[in-house]
Amino acid sequence: MRYVRPDSLEDAIDLLAEASGKAAILAGGSDLLVRMKGGFIEPDLIIDIKGVDALRRVSENDEGFVIGSAVPCAVLGENAALRRAWPGVVEGATLIGSKQVQGRCTIVGNLCNASPAADSVPALVAAGAKALIRGPAGSRTIAVEMIPVGPGRTSLAPGEIIEAILLDKRRPHSGDAYQRFTPRTEMDIAVVSAAVNLTLDDQGVVEEARVALGAAAPTVLLVKEAADILIGSRVDISTLDRLAEACSSACRPIDDKRGTVEFRKKVAGVLAKRVALTAYQRAGQK
Amino acid sequence: MAGIAVSTTINGDHAEFLCHPDETLLEVLRERLGLMGVKEGCGTGDCGACSIVLDDRLVCSCLVLGAEAEGRRIATVEGMAQGDRLHPLQQKFLEHAALQCGICTPGFLIAAQDLLAKNPDPTEEEIRFGLAGNLCRCTGYDKIVRAVQDAASVMRGA
Repeated sequence: MRYVRPDSLEDAIDLLAEASGKAAILAGGSDLLVRMKGGFIEPDLIIDIKGVDALRRVSENDEGFVIGSAVPCAVLGENAALRRAWPGVVEGATLIGSKQVQGRCTIVGNLCNASPAADSVPALVAAGAKALIRGPAGSRTIAVEMIPVGPGRTSLAPGEIIEAILLDKRRPHSGDAYQRFTPRTEMDIAVVSAAVNLTLDDQGVVEEARVALGAAAPTVLLVKEAADILIGSRVDISTLDRLAEACSSACRPIDDKRGTVEFRKKVAGVLAKRVALTAYQRAGQK
Repeated sequence: MAGIAVSTTINGDHAEFLCHPDETLLEVLRERLGLMGVKEGCGTGDCGACSIVLDDRLVCSCLVLGAEAEGRRIATVEGMAQGDRLHPLQQKFLEHAALQCGICTPGFLIAAQDLLAKNPDPTEEEIRFGLAGNLCRCTGYDKIVRAVQDAASVMRGA
């Protein structure tokens, strides 16, 4: 096994592309080191991307936010501008693990670990976040929901690295929110989760909506039928009931020790209602 | 030994060590540098017994590779007391009997020190949330929370 810490993204991509055996990217390490310790993965090469300064920055430009792939989630929670613009995204990111894990874990790691229960992913999907990918063939930008293709599997080609997550600049009257269900109050994995992102017109009517569910299918679900129900409404009680129904029927969950299919379907609807209301309130304040 | 040469700062002192690429910082601190205050509980980032502060950020040293310590600053429980004078948190943990077996204690002390550095006057809820990454199977947590509250008031000079 070799450990390398390149100081440029080009070098990291070359190392990854030219690696003869199994290569692993190390950002926060909160998944990688656990999998190494458990004997689930034995990389021949570990590429620590924290030596690349650009990947450790959160920046804001005319188009929105650029979150480098090596930025720990704790840093996102401390970024006031990001919290103001995308409170739901920050809620998801800062729910991962403990303070100690927050100091290491990254949203790109959470995305690439490709767990259906990943806490930061539903809010990113609802936000319409994009992943900026760099590889031997150049760069491309795709919607974050295109990255995970199943539990533990991603659509990234060999040699590709996610450089950053891109979040759009916020229009006025916009808000997002994320909630998950866990049996404990903290430090647990989502049984099921929901994220809603809304933009309202000047009269408080929903103009744009995106709804995403976590731990409800092999990958995070973007539920277009649910978003269509919210569009044109003021998120009143009957809209919320129809939203819950649409979310429950969109779920394709599994039965496991955390929850049954029936429970996950029901709770997906309940959480969707709650986060839709929170997102609506947040949107109305801006 | 063939290995990675790492140069770092631990509790304000310069330190150098050689380590394997797959060796965790926890293993390096304990087995190569003799800093036995850093404990291994789970080894998977769940229990917080191996908590350290790495460049002002609280982390589990079991989730950090030794090689990652190059050029960085590490704080462990060994750096808390000033000579024979205990840190107020250490003193209050003793006075409140906030430990029994002691395995979790160094992690709690480091995590509490980090918490108070960022929030000198936390509520009970903030303390419980702030220390949720540290598990204790002896005390039931109440004594730990009271010790941290008491230490916080001493440290604020209240």
